[in-house]
This record gives sequence, C-alpha cells and structure tokens, in this order.
Amino acid sequence: MLTFFTQSFKNSFRALLANKTRSFLTMLGIIIGVAAVIIIMAVGAGAQSLILAQIKGIGSDLIGILPGKSDDKGPPASVMGIVITTLTYDDIEALKKKNNVPNLLNAAAYVKGVETVVWENNELDTNLNGTTASYTEIESSNVEEGRFFTEDEERSLARVAVLGSKVKEDLFGQSEAIGHKIKIKKHGFEVIGVMAEKGTVAFQNYDDQILIPISTAQKLILGINHITMARAKADSEENIGRVIADIEKTLREQHNITDLSGDQDDFTVQSASEALDTITTVTDALKYFLAAMAAISLLVGGIGIMNIMLVSVSERTREIGLRKAVGATRANILSQFLVESMAITLIGGIAGIIFGTLIAFLVALVAGALGYEWEFSISIISILLAVGVSGFVGLIFGLYPADKAGRLDPIEALRYE
Amino acid sequence: MSILINVENLQKVYLSGDIETRVLRGITFKIEKGEFVSIMGPSGSGKSTLMHILGLLDRASSGLYEFEGVDVTKLSDNELAKMRNEKIGFVFQAFNLLPRTSVLENVKLPLAYSNDKSSMDSRAGAILKNVGLEHRLTYFTNQISGGEKQRVAIARALVNEPSIIFADEPTGNLDSKSGTQIMEILQHLNNEGNTIVMVTHETYTSEHAKRIIKIMDGRIVDDYLVAKRRIAKDGEMLK
Repeated sequence: MLTFFTQSFKNSFRALLANKTRSFLTMLGIIIGVAAVIIIMAVGAGAQSLILAQIKGIGSDLIGILPGKSDDKGPPASVMGIVITTLTYDDIEALKKKNNVPNLLNAAAYVKGVETVVWENNELDTNLNGTTASYTEIESSNVEEGRFFTEDEERSLARVAVLGSKVKEDLFGQSEAIGHKIKIKKHGFEVIGVMAEKGTVAFQNYDDQILIPISTAQKLILGINHITMARAKADSEENIGRVIADIEKTLREQHNITDLSGDQDDFTVQSASEALDTITTVTDALKYFLAAMAAISLLVGGIGIMNIMLVSVSERTREIGLRKAVGATRANILSQFLVESMAITLIGGIAGIIFGTLIAFLVALVAGALGYEWEFSISIISILLAVGVSGFVGLIFGLYPADKAGRLDPIEALRYE
Repeated sequence: MSILINVENLQKVYLSGDIETRVLRGITFKIEKGEFVSIMGPSGSGKSTLMHILGLLDRASSGLYEFEGVDVTKLSDNELAKMRNEKIGFVFQAFNLLPRTSVLENVKLPLAYSNDKSSMDSRAGAILKNVGLEHRLTYFTNQISGGEKQRVAIARALVNEPSIIFADEPTGNLDSKSGTQIMEILQHLNNEGNTIVMVTHETYTSEHAKRIIKIMDGRIVDDYLVAKRRIAKDGEMLK
C-alpha cells in the first residue's frame, strides 16, 4: 500500500513535470486562492493588533460622550460629520458634580476645527482643539515647556494657546515659542506652553494641533455654543459600567429626557472597549468579504484543475488501457488520478502559503516603516486551513476525471488513437 | 500436457441500437501448456476480439471459457484484473510503453499492481538482459528504436512469470529485421516452456508458430499444426 502511494506520487510528479507550463498555470488559481487566505488572515490579525494598540493608547478606562444617538451597533451620526448641537459645556460641568457621577475622576469637553495659524511670516493650517483644563489628565498628556491653561482661563475667554510639538516645530523651528503672540482668525493668542511629543493614538495626531480654552474657541473662533464631544475617566476600570450609567442619567436630566430606556437619548456614551467592538465589526465584515473572494478563487482554480485533469485523462487513454491490461483495477486508476490532482493542489497550496506569507510580511514591513504597531503573524490555523482547503479542492474536482479514467474500457483505451 | 485454455461455443455479440453485430459465432478449441499458437485471419474476422476475450480484457456474450480450469466468465472485474496481473502477459502492435519513463520502470509496471514484488523486482533486470537490452536500462522509451521498444514490451510481459503470453500483431509496426528478432525471441521463449498465443494476419509471420487457428467471419475455418515451421534466426540475438 505504501509503495503504491509512493509509486502514485512518482507518477504524478512525472506527469506534472512533463507539462511544466500547463501544471504551473493550473496551479495558479490555487496559488492565488491560498495566498489570499494567508494574506487575509495575517493582515486581519495585523490590523486588529494595530487597532488594539491604538485603543490601549487612549486607555481602556476612558469613556467617550458624543452628541446624537447611536442606532443599533453603528456609530452616532456625529462621527460621520453631521453636526449635532445637543451637547453643551454645561452638560460636562454637571457630570463633574460628585453627587451626579460619584465615580468620575474627571471629564474634558472638546470643540474641534481646522484653522490657519500665523506667526510673523509663517502660516500653518492645523487642527484647533478647544478644550478644558482637565485635558492633560484625561488624555494623559504632558506639557514639555511652559504650562497648560487653568480652569479660570478656560471660563474667562482667555486668549492663550498651548502648541502641539509639531505645530511648534513648524511655526517656530528652533526658536523660543513661549510668550510670543500668534494669530488665529486675526485674534492674537499668547503661547503659554508646548506639549510633549505623543504621536498618533486612536488615529488622532496629538502633535499637529493647537489647544486653546474651550470658551474662547466657541465664542471667538467658531461662533458656536455646543461641544463636539467629551471624554470622561472613571476612577477604576471596574466602575466603568456604573460611571456610564450615571453619565447617561445625568445627561437625561440635563436634557429633560424622561424616557429611561435610552430610546429618546440625544447622546451616546461609550467606553473605549465598546468602540473597539464597533471597529471589529467593520474589520470582520471586510475579512468575510475577502474570505469569500478567496473561496471564489479556489473554486475557479478547482474548475481549472478538473478541466486539465480531463484533458490529461483523454491524453493518457492508452496508458490507462495498458495499466488495466497489466492488472490495474478501476480503484488503482482512480486513485492514481486523484493523487495527481491532489498533488497539483497541494504543491499549489504550498506555493500559495509561501507567496502569501511573503506578501503579508511585506505589508507588515511597510506598516512598520510607516510607524504603525503592526504585528506580523501567520497562524497555524490559516496554514492548516489553506492546506486543507486546497487538498479538498483537489479531491473534489479530481474525483470526476479520476472516476472517468477508472471506468475506461481497457480495449477501447488500448485502441485509442 | 495440461490444458491451459478451454473455450466452447464462445460467442460475442455487439449491440449498437437495434443493429446486432455477431463478431464471434461459436468458437471451440483447447490450448495446452507449452504451445505456440497463431490465430490468423483477415481484419474484421474477429481474431482481435477473440484475443481480448482470451486475455480477459473483454467478456464473451455466451459460451464457456476455462482458464487453468477456472471458469472465468463468472469472475468480477477486479478478479479479472488480478488474473491479468498474475497469469497473463501482453505484447501489443503499438508497444504501449509509458513515455518519459525509463526502460526498467516500464518493465516493472505490472509490479505496481502486484502483491509479490520483491522477487519480480530483481527479475526485471535479468529479463531485460535476456532480450539484449541490459545497456538500455536507464534510457527513456522515446530514445530507443522500434525493435527495442517491442523487446521492452516482451520483457514487461514476462516480468510476472505469466502462464501465457498474448502477442497482438507483434511485428506489425516493425521492419523485417526487427520483426525477425522479435520472432526469434518468441520462439526462444516457447522453447523455454512458455505458452504463446499470437494474433496476426500475415501467413509468413503465423508460420513461426507450431499451430495455426484460422478464423473467418467469427468462425474457426481451419486448425492445424504447422508442418514446415519457420525458424527465425537473426544471428545477433540470443547466443
């Protein structure tokens, strides 16, 4: 039995080597399909690791408060760029009161915009972030030079600005920034501090922004009364659930919402881990889509194999006749051709694994070079899946031609021209 | 002498649609061990069909066929394959060797479907030496001449030590010199005790056998021993 299989494999390789170009082209469908499976699994895992790292960067004890209600599992409309004005500075002040949300450590409000900043002859388009004095605590950000603005300045329309490290660099270069006057929308602001470099966390660049007191940004620059979003921190991770419930209760009181089921809410309170779930839903959908593409590729590859095996069977009709004449049974012939089609798919599968791993490694390399925390991982499961699927494809699509070969009448086969 | 093949009233009818073609119309004869029989007849006489049935590649429509005393008409396809593997050697007009495969591998082909391998494995080389091809073992079959190809085919037919060798127009695709060599080998094998049944339409070739069975329109029209047997002597082969 063992010698029979080694013999079958030898025969298969001989047949495959005899038509190198044809064998390669036949394998191509399988190579692409298997490579796709490997790449999808690896890139999927890499993207997930990236998102996880980003979310961890914000801190899992962080709670986001957004205007507008989120429907089902999707994010609230405000994320999509629709302006909703239901959330205000007073709402956040209410949250900070101990009897409203006892387990709240602190909360910060934000208004955001993009403005041109001018210093002497230098101009720079950057993100304007009007926020509260609690910003440094909420975002775990540190001031490198000078100081952050105070709660008094936050409320008194003070014209002070704290620069992100990149803005400082672009606007002032090596020279001193503290104490200088910059202009935003023709209003002069005094630079009182420069933030330490932080990089990109949760897809938000912390270095390319200017921080000014929220009231100043609302009244002087943007001319609005609402806030874009708010963030809150719980005193411990265990209390996140309680804090979210308390925040929701407080905001309903603030907005005179009597329906406690949440259906009437005009805001969304979400923890970082919940936001992660939302993102995972999206990446999972993408993964399934790509997996479907891979499946189609494998299917097409399998049909190609069936086609070429049928050609091979009719080309080797006389060989089949001879083998039967010297004692091969129907099962012998059938298994010979099955082994051959499985050999094609398995070799194709192995080539696909190598090819796919190479691509996934390149993606990880490029992502790493771009500064993302991209984890390169090829799971055993994806390799087993690829080998299993390609072997299965060879078996299924090889079955019909192999059966046809096995059923050939030896006399007809021997006479075949 | 023991009876190797016993056929009685063998019939073969092909049905295509409503048209019935009677290829064999009652064939009866016996072949004993050690015989060298030529089955002769023009094309369409049914001689190839008869050889296919005798060689267990085909089944008769009716009649008795005993091979070594076994009624083979009742055997399953797999049992027939096993008998072909163990008892029968074939030599075809078109050689039917595997391309891109060495001479030695071709000779060993029947072993792939046999249970008793080890003894035959060593035999392959020895048989190739007997047919004068020991210098061609590793050659591919597309690198050797027609006469050499047929000698490889004969070696392949011998490797399982069959009870009988069927040769279907063995010299049909060969020049006269190569043909003579093949006949010399077959006669030599017969002298060593091998039973040989050869199908041919040439009187000259058939006269190398000891006995001739003539077939016409599916019936035996003559069955006689060759009085003046031709002896193939090429001189270069088989010292």
